[in-house]
Amino acid sequence: MIEVDLGRCVASFLPGATGVTGAARLSGGASQETWTFDIAHPGGNIGAILRRAPPGYGAAPGRAAGLDAEAVLMQLAHDAGLPSPKVMHVLKPEDGLGRGFIMARIAGETIARKILRDEEFAIARPILARQLGRVIAGIHGLPRAKLPQLRSMTATREIEDLEREYRSFNWPRPVFELALRWLRDHDPGPSSEVTLVHGDFRHGNLIIGPDGVRAVLDWELAHFGDPMEDLGWICVNSWRFGEIDKPVGGFGTREDLFAGYDEAGRKADPDRVMFWEVMGTLRWGVMCCGMMQRFRTGPDHSMERAMIGRRSSETEIDLLRLLAPRGT
Amino acid sequence: MQDEPTLTELIKAVADFLRSEITPAIKGHNAFKLRVGINALDLVTRQLALAESSDAAEVARLKQLLGSDGSLTELNRALSEKIASGEVDLHTAGLREHLWQTTMDKLAVDQPNYASYKRELGNK
Repeated sequence: MIEVDLGRCVASFLPGATGVTGAARLSGGASQETWTFDIAHPGGNIGAILRRAPPGYGAAPGRAAGLDAEAVLMQLAHDAGLPSPKVMHVLKPEDGLGRGFIMARIAGETIARKILRDEEFAIARPILARQLGRVIAGIHGLPRAKLPQLRSMTATREIEDLEREYRSFNWPRPVFELALRWLRDHDPGPSSEVTLVHGDFRHGNLIIGPDGVRAVLDWELAHFGDPMEDLGWICVNSWRFGEIDKPVGGFGTREDLFAGYDEAGRKADPDRVMFWEVMGTLRWGVMCCGMMQRFRTGPDHSMERAMIGRRSSETEIDLLRLLAPRGT
Repeated sequence: MQDEPTLTELIKAVADFLRSEITPAIKGHNAFKLRVGINALDLVTRQLALAESSDAAEVARLKQLLGSDGSLTELNRALSEKIASGEVDLHTAGLREHLWQTTMDKLAVDQPNYASYKRELGNK
């Protein structure tokens, strides 16, 4: 029972903690879990989140930064005044809970359709793009010397990775070929500035409240690279959830996003951002195909994984809208 | 020759039963999974209805575009190689129209409610 192990763990780092209640698993696959629970404390219960790879699942696959690095990044973001939960404890072997960390639970919403449609977020929606621009700028400005070791990516390497993965599926897709060709032809070369890149800055990884953004989550894909990548990724149509005329997450304009980014003392490069939006659209399409492959060959034989394979065509129409619009 | 009912009729009957009788009785994560399952069955009926004629039209366009013969997969493989090498691009007569028609036909089966698709249907 995880509550027993968690109870022993919280008592070791939080004086006065008497145990843990209400532990419930939120999401995740076999290799990574997220749990919500309350720490029982005489001063009042404290909401907390455990993010962990269970015992026996230690190795971070390919692109993942690793849970230890994620904990460092979240704490650095928190210390810099960015919307990020406080990291309460990094798991140790003697905790018996695997690898990972415990952080403060932040109230709010991550489900895009609610954020885009519910009355509760009506005031937040028009201010979010600018706010997120400032937050992304803050992430890109985190002090390099304190950052953990992370992989380095360039546009050229990202194109190569995507092409290799796409070719491994051995399933011809002329639209993906067109996109790969376009990316190779328009590769802007190495960024003049290389910064920390969050790598997955989009709906689902942002906790939003009625007042706007409250937390940035899931630093699993963090790396060093072109800072414009984060600005392009959040503009990918797949994260607009039907609101296709509002490029930033279905709630805002690129101009507002860039204005927020510039306000925080950085400079957005709209051409590079557009390049990364095309890259991101293709990347999501390749990821959809990859999930279908794991349905077919791997242990996760679920309907959801299978059906995600039938979403890759969504990225094909979006790539055509970007690269070969009709009537031109 | 196989007997009736048709595959479409069978799948529709199952999907309708799940939608009207089972959905109200299921809660939580399994309700989400049930919805995904019903979507999958609906997708199968769309493909059964649409793919034969769209595949035939796609083969005809590919033969015209490439000036060669082959199965749908072989022709798509050939087109992919030509786009990758740069031998065929958006200046090639018919490529843009072919990619658009093929993609629209895929969306009609996969995700007919996708906003980009609905917008482009209106733009035709």
